[in-house]
Amino acid sequence: MAAKFDNAIVRWIDHRLPIFSFMHHELHEYPTPKNLSYWWNFGSLAGIALVIMIVTGITLAMHYTPHVDYAFDSVERIMRDVNYGWLIRYLHTNGGSFFFIVVYIHIFRGMYYGSYKAPRELLWMLGVVILLLMMATAFMGYVLPWGQMSFWGATVITNLFSAIPVVGQSIVTWLWGGFSVDNATLNRFYSLHYLLPFVIVGVVILHMVALHRFGSNNPLGVDVKSAKDQIPFHPYYTIKDAFGLGVFLIFFSAFVFFAPNYLGHPDNYIQANPLVTPAHIVPEWYFLPFYAVLRAVPDKLGGVLLMFGSIAVLFILPWLDRSPVRSGQFRPIFKIFFWIIVLDSVLLTYLGGKPAEGGYVIAARFATAYYFMHFLIILPALSIFETPKPLPKSISEPVIGGGGGFAGATAAPKENVR
Amino acid sequence: MAETQQGETRRDFLYIATAAVGAVGAGSAIWPLIDQMNPAADVLALSSIEFDLSTVEPGMAVTVKWRGKPVFVRYRTPEEITSAEAVPLDELPDPQTDASRVQEAKYLILVGVCTHLGCVPLGQKASDPRGDYGGWFCPCHGSHYDTSGRIRKGPAPLNLFVPAYEFVSDTTVRIG
Repeated sequence: MAAKFDNAIVRWIDHRLPIFSFMHHELHEYPTPKNLSYWWNFGSLAGIALVIMIVTGITLAMHYTPHVDYAFDSVERIMRDVNYGWLIRYLHTNGGSFFFIVVYIHIFRGMYYGSYKAPRELLWMLGVVILLLMMATAFMGYVLPWGQMSFWGATVITNLFSAIPVVGQSIVTWLWGGFSVDNATLNRFYSLHYLLPFVIVGVVILHMVALHRFGSNNPLGVDVKSAKDQIPFHPYYTIKDAFGLGVFLIFFSAFVFFAPNYLGHPDNYIQANPLVTPAHIVPEWYFLPFYAVLRAVPDKLGGVLLMFGSIAVLFILPWLDRSPVRSGQFRPIFKIFFWIIVLDSVLLTYLGGKPAEGGYVIAARFATAYYFMHFLIILPALSIFETPKPLPKSISEPVIGGGGGFAGATAAPKENVR
Repeated sequence: MAETQQGETRRDFLYIATAAVGAVGAGSAIWPLIDQMNPAADVLALSSIEFDLSTVEPGMAVTVKWRGKPVFVRYRTPEEITSAEAVPLDELPDPQTDASRVQEAKYLILVGVCTHLGCVPLGQKASDPRGDYGGWFCPCHGSHYDTSGRIRKGPAPLNLFVPAYEFVSDTTVRIG
């Protein structure tokens, strides 16, 4: 187990505190399926996005004032007067969006390749916990600049809890610390916005422990059969992740430097006014599908329950999809429905950004109904009725075993080049 | 622990008693940490305001701030009062007579917060849309309120809330 290290000091420390062995084991020799495609980059990208958010967030906190009279101005001061303040803030605001982009891709990758199936159910559920924590963190962070969208977003979202029978209004007052969103609310949101990212780090560590228990799933979805199916994480995947990071940073920089406010709302550059509601309250884009579900239901409590249900259903996904075949590559019908649910999610995102009237509401109702139908009816039914294609015997077989029947099931292109 | 037939019961009792005392202790230690998030004394102290109604003319609506929220004061026209009183109760999602919502029929005083998700409905300014029932219209999710501030159409479950208020004099009202 313990690796040999050349440096005597490293050996001395490692003997007493085996962090170097641990890192060598988990990040260097860690055996990884050799056929991972670029879809597997998004996990490490999410981790990097989290680090970017924490580093820029801590530096922003050095200049921000969490008070209703000063918050808005302190953010403008960061933008105008603080050295590189504009850069750090734009990295943080766009970083939030890109964190969600990366995580959503990561989730859909897990859904397509059945990464939630045994023995990775807890790994998947921890991921859903991370998503929920991210949403709470992002929501509270959006309140801090104390613009109009901050204020009214906070008002609408905290009011969701008033839908709870009997105790709802008391809970909302408790969350606010007053009778409306006000200074007390801003202060506690700041406190929690600072705390939750570190809770996310904790859950990410659990996510990694659960991942390293059985290792990554892979595009074929078949278990690793022998050491021939694996390659060490370093240098093969460190370099692949590093390349992916470079591509990611190009897109990220394009937004930060050339369209830093593209994903935001102009209304949030107007200071919060408790007496005037903006004409259209729209959450940040990454909340739009859930917002669409909320508004699709004509009943307040029903809308709230369905919105939370749209995430709750992900928790039980491992038990809804009973098909023993993991990878969508070998599930001809599942594959079609997978792309429909992707389109459905995109449609909900679009509808969430539109006013809640006329055809948009009707479309949102159909899209919402389909969303739940996919998880609660289609997936369980497919587990019974679908005939999967034959699976390769191992990860290596389609590449070197001459498996003629698997022309369409080849692994990542790089595997064909030896 | 097999000395007596109930050899384990004394130890079990100790376990349970310890756990119970621990749970009560933890609970009472946690409560201050939870209750600190409830409105503080200074927030509660700001809970009433006085308003001079003599500045409001018939048909006019004024918004005042109470507990950080807008309060709508509307001097209703006779037609608005009649139309509010004429509505049969079984047409209302949250049935309340107009008389039960006002102290003096011409002054309608409401908390201007939509009971759906807390937006401020439009209808205070003459140029605002007032919805299908001549009262208020919430732009966020499309709730329509009538001239008594009652929900008529849309996702809001309840009528606009009537705050506690009293007339200190003929033209002054204390809200809260």
